[in-house]
Amino acid sequence: MNKAVVDPVTVRHDTVIPAGEPWIHELNQGQHLRIIDLEGNQAADTLFYNAHDYSDRYSAQDTIRAQANIYLTTGTKLISSKGNVLLTIVGDTCGRHDTLGGACAMESNMVRYAIEKRHMHACRQSFVKAALAWGRGLEKRDLAPNINFFMNVPVTPEGKLTFEDGVSGAGKYVELQAEMDVLVLISNCPQLNNPCNAYNPTPIRVLVFD
Amino acid sequence: MFEDTIQPGATWSYVLKRGTAVRLTDIYGGANVSAIFYNWENPVERYNMPDTLKAQHTAHLTQGDVLYSDMGRVLCSITEDTVGWHDPLSGCSNAALVARKYGEARYQEHGNDCHTNATDSFAIELAKFGLSFRDMTTPVNFFSKVLVNEEGSMTFVTGHSKRGTYVELRAEMNVLAIFNTSQHPLDPNPNYQPKPVQLTIRRVAPPGPDDPCRTSRPENGRGFLLTERDFIQPQGDL
Repeated sequence: MNKAVVDPVTVRHDTVIPAGEPWIHELNQGQHLRIIDLEGNQAADTLFYNAHDYSDRYSAQDTIRAQANIYLTTGTKLISSKGNVLLTIVGDTCGRHDTLGGACAMESNMVRYAIEKRHMHACRQSFVKAALAWGRGLEKRDLAPNINFFMNVPVTPEGKLTFEDGVSGAGKYVELQAEMDVLVLISNCPQLNNPCNAYNPTPIRVLVFD
Repeated sequence: MFEDTIQPGATWSYVLKRGTAVRLTDIYGGANVSAIFYNWENPVERYNMPDTLKAQHTAHLTQGDVLYSDMGRVLCSITEDTVGWHDPLSGCSNAALVARKYGEARYQEHGNDCHTNATDSFAIELAKFGLSFRDMTTPVNFFSKVLVNEEGSMTFVTGHSKRGTYVELRAEMNVLAIFNTSQHPLDPNPNYQPKPVQLTIRRVAPPGPDDPCRTSRPENGRGFLLTERDFIQPQGDL
């Protein structure tokens, strides 16, 4: 399943996203998106929308319930708020990805770490910045709980949520096939207050190919 | 202040004022209440599942926990809970799920026993407050328990909530609360049998410095501080 080598002829887009920056891009139905953790242990906070209806967006709860499992990996269908399959994960050299931990925000950093952390850059700043730049009505209220590709947030049988060192490593990737036209919004996470980026946010690479 | 009953499969909404609390009581056992919450002063600030879970390092909710907004503030505190575990993970029922599990039952043939689902009901209720389906946030399922094992598999626990058990939510700001009593989406019961809950609204004392929800974690201490900053009043008469 995992096509380690992509035919360069079919590559439509190839971008390196530095840590702390967003990326927004439309995928046509059938196109593949590969997200590569270039240096390892980097969280790629990701949202998906039906490209023709932003109220029809990735739903973490519907996705985990549909597969009765909280971790995302090869075979996971990403379900939307209106019950559509947005994308399918078709390749994964990492093993599992989180969708309960959400994206960091200045406001949640104040709660989690210290009031003085407010100024620190955060994913939801990047999400809003990219949404406003994209225009077309996308705004803060469209930011639902996201996927954290390459992040490891186990839940214990006692119902505790824990943050563990990443299961990712340099060069590991996840690959998705768009099942409909979708809008992708990624924040390459700038979080410095916990080990989600090994305290060293690094670039990721995204490839779009037919 | 007042009592009410949320009928089976019904929706109830109210702006719960800061300084009041709502108690939900499972009348017969086996109830489920899917619930969504908004800051009524600024509804773009709303309940956030990930922020609630990661601030408290938990994947279930019970007494001593609070419900966080996406703006680092506390919407509600769980001040009392005889149920012990509420599910924040599984989302709520929708039209396709209800039709698949229980078949179709329309008003024309079944009157007010017709089948309803939480997602569509929330959208209708949100519209009454000028909000829309786009504003839907992730529901909490009160009275329901879903276990997650080491491999991540989710299992609904049948018979979790007992007759007469209750949970009390204290509003820490003016909160638009919308409740729906549809069955939990993972409930294996093949029959359409939503349960009613009793609801009681009362005035409560504001949380003091030793409030158990405030002191349950250092994160919550900061969450309460940030919330209370929103309610600082000018001194004296203006």
